[in-house]
Amino acid sequence: MSTRLFELMLWAAGKTVLLSAISIAIGLAIGLLVCAAKLSPRRLLSIPATVYVSLFRGVPLLVQLLLIYNLLPVLGILVPSEVAAIAGLSLCTAAYQAENLRGGFNSVPRGLIEAADMVGMSPWQQLRRIRAPIAFRLTLPALVNEMILILKASSLISVVGVIELTRMAQNLSASTFRPLLFYSVAGAIYLVICWLVAGGGSLAERLMRTGSSR
Amino acid sequence: MTRPAVRIRDVHKSFGNTEVLKGIELSVPKGSTTCLLGPSGSGKSTLLRCIAFLEETTSGLIEIDGDPLGFADPGGGRSRTRLSAGDIRRVRAKIGMVFQQFNLWPHMTALGNVTEALVTVQGMKRSAANEIGNQQLARVGLSDRGHHYPSELSGGQQQRVAIARALALSPDILLFDEPTASLDPELTGEVLNVMRELAETGMTLVIVTHEIGFAASVGQKIAFLDHGKLLLDGPPAEIFGTPRHPRLEQFLETYLDRGAATLV
Ligand SMILES: Nc1ncnc2c1ncn2[C@@H]1O[C@H](COP(=O)(O)OP(=O)(O)OP(=O)(O)O)[C@@H](O)[C@H]1O
Ligand SMILES: [Mg+2]
Repeated sequence: MSTRLFELMLWAAGKTVLLSAISIAIGLAIGLLVCAAKLSPRRLLSIPATVYVSLFRGVPLLVQLLLIYNLLPVLGILVPSEVAAIAGLSLCTAAYQAENLRGGFNSVPRGLIEAADMVGMSPWQQLRRIRAPIAFRLTLPALVNEMILILKASSLISVVGVIELTRMAQNLSASTFRPLLFYSVAGAIYLVICWLVAGGGSLAERLMRTGSSR
Repeated sequence: MTRPAVRIRDVHKSFGNTEVLKGIELSVPKGSTTCLLGPSGSGKSTLLRCIAFLEETTSGLIEIDGDPLGFADPGGGRSRTRLSAGDIRRVRAKIGMVFQQFNLWPHMTALGNVTEALVTVQGMKRSAANEIGNQQLARVGLSDRGHHYPSELSGGQQQRVAIARALALSPDILLFDEPTASLDPELTGEVLNVMRELAETGMTLVIVTHEIGFAASVGQKIAFLDHGKLLLDGPPAEIFGTPRHPRLEQFLETYLDRGAATLV
């Protein structure tokens, strides 16, 4: 493989990472809101959140992407395909992240909250200082897992016309007639990225277990 | 006579259809140590949690230093009214609680646990809070453990941090729910010693415990609960002296047989 072609593959890998990272971050923000709504005692909030989660977990991501891509122009929204791709990935991962977060919040031991009650913390102080940090620590492994899933699932966004790692491999295979080479390289790049993410995750977990790097 | 630190008036508590507390009357004098004894399931934890307002009573009233906690009696035989969250927090600020499971926040150091409320709730400066925190840790013999996380401490040390956390807010009343029950036997002594010292400083303590020897030597008042009723209430000499109430006798035998404690 010439350097030029390898650079193209790396550029595409960069795009995969960038779009995945943005989608994970937006998905985390939406996921937090959905989780909060779902934990709310108000049915006006919890029911829509439940519907959201079951819809986005129940429909294949590929179908969601195609729906969003075709729906946006109908609504008169003209955006680059990257934006449509990010919208699809974020909305989907948000549903999973909301459920992970909910599990985290529900696993915060009751006694820790009672201890916060006894020192006079308000509900908001408890959320900020006790429940959220502990829930986040409990959720971290699932978050890393979700990052890896989204990195790999991002190969689907080629259907809405984004040239990312998988599509680049496909294109180069077709023009050079060397599919084995390009798909192997693509596979190896995915693998390395996922290793890095997993490694970063374990490092973060280790630092958090003792609370800091001190 | 001065107002009692805690006054419990005809308190009932039910979980669903099961009545767990059946009309408790008890007053805890200021500056005294009261030990709550009773068989498992008799309602000791429930009573203590009602005093901390971690559980709401079904009926009856609890006063902390004369102030109604949670519910007030409007007088004239009308039913009790619920107080505002602000009132509840104000009265509850006089109470500290130490739990059987320590309940230290795992993501904060020992010092962080002790100073958290000083900073977050009282808005104290970090440096001032640390000063108080270090004083309280020293008081429970843990000056050198401030920067350790709970997972790096033994059970006895964790429980002492939990005591320091409660003390940092200078409560008038400190509640303990079986503070040594989840500790290895060799670690109970260090926690009981800290509690004994606290009792000597004249703080009001209410202690649920199965350490009968400790209760007999440190308690100024023993309350014996059985099936949700306060069966006995008096100074240890009177409660433990002969002749004993048959239910207490039975209870003591179970614990003494197990070797869990020895009567002093
Ligand atoms: N949240 C709850 N829901 C339903 N029942 C409860 C609840 N908490 C306590 N109970 C019941 O109330 C009764 C008294 O419980 P409590 O924990 O006060 O007993 P205890 O005297 O502290 O016992 P132990 O010595 O075992 O700690 C028990 O029968 C228990 O099953
Ligand atoms: Mg109990």
